[in-house]
Amino acid sequence: MPRVAIVGRSARRREGPEKLSGAARYVDDYELPGCLFGATLRSTIPCGRIRGIVFEPGFPWREYAVATAEDIPGANHVALIETDQPLLAKDRVRHAMEPILLVAHPVRAKAYAALEHIRVDYEEERAVLSPEESTKVFKSFFIERGEVDAALARADVIVEGEYRLPHQEQAYIETNGAAAWFEPDGTLVALGSLQCPYYVQKALQPIFALPETKLRVIQAVTGGGFGGKEEYPNVICAHAALLARKAGRPVKIIYDRGEDMAATTKRHPAVIRHRTAANRGGRLVAQDVEILMDGGAYVTLSPVVLSRGTLHATGPYDCPNVRIRSRVVATNTPPNGAFRGFGAPQTLFAAEMQMERLAERLGIDPLALRRRNVVRPGSTLPVGQTLRESVGAARVLEACARRSGYRRRARACARWNRARGRPSWRGVGLALVHHGAGFTGSGEVYLGSRAAVSLTREGELRVLAASTEMGQGTTTLFGQIVAQTLGIPAELVRVETPDTTRVPNSGPTVASRTCMMVGRLLREAAFELKAAVGGRARPFPTTRAGLRAAARRLCGRAQERRFEAVYRKPEGVAWDDAAYRGDAYEAYSFAAMAVELEVDKTTCEVTVRDLTLAADIGTVINPLLAEGQVMGGVAQGLGYALLESAVYENGVMKNARFTDYTIPTTLDTPRMQVAFVPSPYSLGPFGAKGVGELPMDVPAPAVAAAIHDALGLWIPDLPVTPERIAAALARRSGA
Amino acid sequence: MRIAFTVNGRRRSFSGPGMTRLLDVLREDFGLVGTKEGCGEGECGACTVLLDGAAVTSCLIPVAQVRGRRVATVESLGRPERLHPLQEAFLVEGGAQCGICTPGMLMTASAYLRAGGRSDAARIRRELAGNLCRCTGYEHIVRAVQRAARRSRGRG
Repeated sequence: MPRVAIVGRSARRREGPEKLSGAARYVDDYELPGCLFGATLRSTIPCGRIRGIVFEPGFPWREYAVATAEDIPGANHVALIETDQPLLAKDRVRHAMEPILLVAHPVRAKAYAALEHIRVDYEEERAVLSPEESTKVFKSFFIERGEVDAALARADVIVEGEYRLPHQEQAYIETNGAAAWFEPDGTLVALGSLQCPYYVQKALQPIFALPETKLRVIQAVTGGGFGGKEEYPNVICAHAALLARKAGRPVKIIYDRGEDMAATTKRHPAVIRHRTAANRGGRLVAQDVEILMDGGAYVTLSPVVLSRGTLHATGPYDCPNVRIRSRVVATNTPPNGAFRGFGAPQTLFAAEMQMERLAERLGIDPLALRRRNVVRPGSTLPVGQTLRESVGAARVLEACARRSGYRRRARACARWNRARGRPSWRGVGLALVHHGAGFTGSGEVYLGSRAAVSLTREGELRVLAASTEMGQGTTTLFGQIVAQTLGIPAELVRVETPDTTRVPNSGPTVASRTCMMVGRLLREAAFELKAAVGGRARPFPTTRAGLRAAARRLCGRAQERRFEAVYRKPEGVAWDDAAYRGDAYEAYSFAAMAVELEVDKTTCEVTVRDLTLAADIGTVINPLLAEGQVMGGVAQGLGYALLESAVYENGVMKNARFTDYTIPTTLDTPRMQVAFVPSPYSLGPFGAKGVGELPMDVPAPAVAAAIHDALGLWIPDLPVTPERIAAALARRSGA
Repeated sequence: MRIAFTVNGRRRSFSGPGMTRLLDVLREDFGLVGTKEGCGEGECGACTVLLDGAAVTSCLIPVAQVRGRRVATVESLGRPERLHPLQEAFLVEGGAQCGICTPGMLMTASAYLRAGGRSDAARIRRELAGNLCRCTGYEHIVRAVQRAARRSRGRG
């Protein structure tokens, strides 16, 4: 091991000083000479034909640039998994808020004002607004292991449940935004708040019919993403670019909160039915799961969201007989897409609620029931993946139970509830989840990610990857991984801003893959650099002067020497796409959470009193950043559990503002105790796995379990609002 | 309409409609883009600045209302290479992640500390309840303000 200890330390956030002083430049902070501001005319109906578009006569249209589908030089689609989504609707609209045309003006307010002077005539058609009515299936999966029907027939107990999960808004505090312009040489430049620069490049290519070499995508400092800036930036960057092409000037489009909430992607709503069977001793014998997700009007990422949801649908448990049927269908609502957790928070909520119900039915403590069934090394998942190493599920469960004082708290809550005259009911809840790191199945093979380190002739050491910083700590982490590999102070490492002309395609910044997958590539690249500089014979320089000297030897006449690592599928990891079987993920992270809460007897408001989480994310590269990621994910999970729900009327979101779509504040979020219990993964950089999505999966089932413990009622729909609690209490008392 | 006021200790004047949002005047006319817009209706607190020392959401303040008054933005605290102790506390405790809520969060915290606010976590949470953050879960922000409060009391 190198002499310096960098990995495992809470290195300060690299870009922190710029963000803290207001010097960091987000896309709306760029002043672009001659820039126009773009606004989007959107459909007001969920389904129908466009009969005509009327521009009000007498309005000063000459001041404006206007772009419609006719102005698209190439293909009118937003390339992602499919090409079904038009960049601008032409003849028909398939959801409310669908973009139809774009206008731009030098004065921002005037751009928006112009929308009031355009009238679209529609021939409205019957809209499909609920997934249960839909007959159009985007994707389905079927998994079967063992003999489910026979096991159900023989089982001692069976519990059945149906769970309904709402749309959830990513609610990054910086809305979606992009700027675009054409360079004199014809290169199209897009600058945006985005997670995946190469996705944008890929989407722009067919729209503008330009080669990759003429498409440059740069990430501006990004004010949160959480999946909401995974695929949506393809749309807004292309819109800005289309206006820029029409106007011959730079164009910026920045959504306001209402437009962002109503028009952009959300977490997929889901309806999940479960039958879970066990023997009297509390061993699972069968799980039969049916998943229905609402994809919205276009495919976007729905097939892979459904896949991840399906693969996590049984929870981290060993069960010999499993059947999972899942499908995601089309509705005439704005397309749903990526959001931290990517299908797993929905299915894990249902799976964990089933464990709680089973515990109640069997009269076994929920902790003991989980102990009996939790996956361990050697356990096999429904798709046939045998877990070989880095399986920390049992350890996080124990650590969480111990640190939270779960049993003691449960007894104290029971005493509280028995006493007369208390103003509230109290309860504790427990949940245990897993989350696969990296793309599902063969995803990483198809991506073929590349990342590099380079040494310039001037002795500057640079990390080159397209993985974006959006708050989660990518740049700091990459600096630590490369510095530790080379045995040099992290200050000697510079991490390049993602820009497709400067960094190789290390894949999208999604799927809890940045640390484990891209971190591993950077470590490999750093090893190559180290070997080239002198290997064992010559120690790697640890000072700037030393680096300069080494750089001169290494580079010769070249400006820089670049060492690039390319993803290779590890030995022994196998996935069969056609059969949908095999090693779904290289490694899984695990988390257990215990929560104590109280429910006010008068208002039915829920207050979280205590929250403890134990996580196995493998080796923790930066404890402070990892803890921050986990706490932030937990807060989003608490919002999902208790507060957040997008309300639709005729396919339009009615509460598209922070006043009505409430996310947790400081007063809704408890003090949190987070413990890391690492089971290092041998192929992760220094043993690290993924962390980003894991904490999103666990709060909702823990909270719902605690509410059951407090009230003795199951509330199977999220969010568990005071209104839902009051209704459930009223039903129980027969009112 | 010409409206004169003080921004970060410097006399400034704005010519234009009096109902222009202070937020837009700061960002577009004065180039002080450290102040962010998150919702435009006073819910998220990202645009918080100090007006005569009190934390206000600049998206709800018409510029006419600040005539002759003192406005302070995040740029008044410190620079990247020389952070203010409050900013330093945020850096050490991990109080900033994506950074978009950070300027507003800092200004609210700064008003609290200037008014002699203590390191009591419950008080700090009440004070920051109007500033939304989607990244941190708030714990590291609360710790950062606690650290800054202890430090400023220790000094004073």
